[in-house]
Amino acid sequence: MRTVKHFAQLALSLAATALLGGFLTAVLVRVSPGFGVDEHALDPARDAAALRAIQAARPEQGDFLAYSVRHTAAMFRGDFGISRNWNRPVAGLLRERWPVTAQLMAAGLLGGWALALVFALPGLVYPARIWNALAGGLSGLLLCVPSAALALLLFVCAGPVRAVVALAVFPRVFEYLRNVLTHAAAQPHVMAARARGIGPARIILRHIVPVAAPQVLALAGVSVSMAFGAAVAVEVVCDFPGIGQLAWKAALARDLPLLVTLTMLVTMATQMANAVAGTLASRRSEAGA
Amino acid sequence: MRVSGRQQSEGRSQKSEVRSRQSASLLSSGSCLLSSFSLRRLALIFLALLFLAALFSERFAGASYAHQFRDFPGAHISWRFPLGTDALGRDRLARLLSATRISLLLAPAAAVFSTALATLIGGLAGYRGGLPDRIVTRGIDLMLSLPWIFLLIAVRALLPLNVSPAASVAVTFALLGALGWAASARVIRAGVRDMRDSDFLLQARACGCHGYRLLLRQLAPNLKPVLLAQFWTSIPLFILSEANLGLLGLGVSDPLPSWGNLLRELETDLTFNPGIVACLVLMLAVLGCFRVLLPPKSAPLD
Repeated sequence: MRTVKHFAQLALSLAATALLGGFLTAVLVRVSPGFGVDEHALDPARDAAALRAIQAARPEQGDFLAYSVRHTAAMFRGDFGISRNWNRPVAGLLRERWPVTAQLMAAGLLGGWALALVFALPGLVYPARIWNALAGGLSGLLLCVPSAALALLLFVCAGPVRAVVALAVFPRVFEYLRNVLTHAAAQPHVMAARARGIGPARIILRHIVPVAAPQVLALAGVSVSMAFGAAVAVEVVCDFPGIGQLAWKAALARDLPLLVTLTMLVTMATQMANAVAGTLASRRSEAGA
Repeated sequence: MRVSGRQQSEGRSQKSEVRSRQSASLLSSGSCLLSSFSLRRLALIFLALLFLAALFSERFAGASYAHQFRDFPGAHISWRFPLGTDALGRDRLARLLSATRISLLLAPAAAVFSTALATLIGGLAGYRGGLPDRIVTRGIDLMLSLPWIFLLIAVRALLPLNVSPAASVAVTFALLGALGWAASARVIRAGVRDMRDSDFLLQARACGCHGYRLLLRQLAPNLKPVLLAQFWTSIPLFILSEANLGLLGLGVSDPLPSWGNLLRELETDLTFNPGIVACLVLMLAVLGCFRVLLPPKSAPLD
């Protein structure tokens, strides 16, 4: 019963945040300069009836509140509207492009986390100063490079551009992961385990990871948002046909239906990742207690 | 007492081991001193010198950032042009220093704005609790659930794009300040909530201290370390964000230089050009200095 209530609250909170995000984006697009300007309407050859027809073809220019309600209701039915910029259904555009972004993000998340673990874990068992300095230096260096610049550099050097997401996720995850694991490794029970001569792998898996798991899971949720941010820069710079590039073009073209849908979907996706990670983390800490 | 050769050699090796340990500990303590004190001082000196050079960029570089040397478009590194010129014949050093001036002046200004906004929003939510707190928390959740770069691109693209270069600088950094409050507000809200029921505030209330006096005389001074930490962390974030926006063509517009639009030259010049890479190196150095100057981080659980 408690679980059902928890998930109901979570779903409600997710929907409310996504709706709020979508509505605010719609308001922002609506008041932005240049919104509603149709190049066809500027053609002096068109008569009044044609201009009225052009106006009628853009429902978002009429009663804005009514349009928002209609659009939201249609979204629940799976109809995301027609993109003004691409002159195609938004759902089709999303269906076409999401695999590119999903692949980029999945590879980036896996690579970033693998790098962070490779650099963070050995330092716990064998506190080698050089290794820690190397890891800290690399993560510090990568934190100081904008992801778009990194993508451009790798693109110019014909390097692995897809690695940018991993290189952007790694330093942000590593800094936090190292702090959490170091804190867990300094707990008295870990010291006692070391004193009893238990092997390093067993200490990490049995004694450090369970203590750090709730926070690491929460970090995993946040890292989805980091990966999407880096993917946007990579897709725009390297002209990858993904969701990030679509969002950039929609924003530049003030494409209301597309931008509202994208904002709501991105908000939902990141919130869901955070919620799943949060639920797992709370389960884990309850089990630990 | 006679000492055998083996004992002598063992004694010598023990002494040498002790000496090496002593020298290692001296070295490590020296490096610690260097890392904790001198490194911060070095970072401060570097930033101060760079700021001075950027402030007097025209005198230092000998040309304005917009001046075109029409006879030298795309010139390589030389005594006259230490970083070469771009495709329009503008001195890269002058442009780099002007871009540095913009970043070093306006990123802290945006950080002040964002921290002030975060203090207002987070402080109000933490102090009042109840419905205002719930509304603010929902707003913070919404802001933080959108990836930062996506939020920046979406909002920046919806603002006027065909504005004057000076207005584009103002819009870019004002936007960073206006959107970058959420993470700081969450930290400040937590700090205020912790302090709201603390002993010293209870005592102050019992002594008749209420309202603005309580906020300004009791709460604000105790929040100062949190606010300063948020301010310092925001500066490198805003510098990086401006560079990202500039690279995506939504930042400061030409002819005004910024680190973002200087890095865009990488798109056109596909060969390795030290003049273009210098911008990236300087940016790394400045952000590295800010990392050194940041308040030392504690473990997240502390």
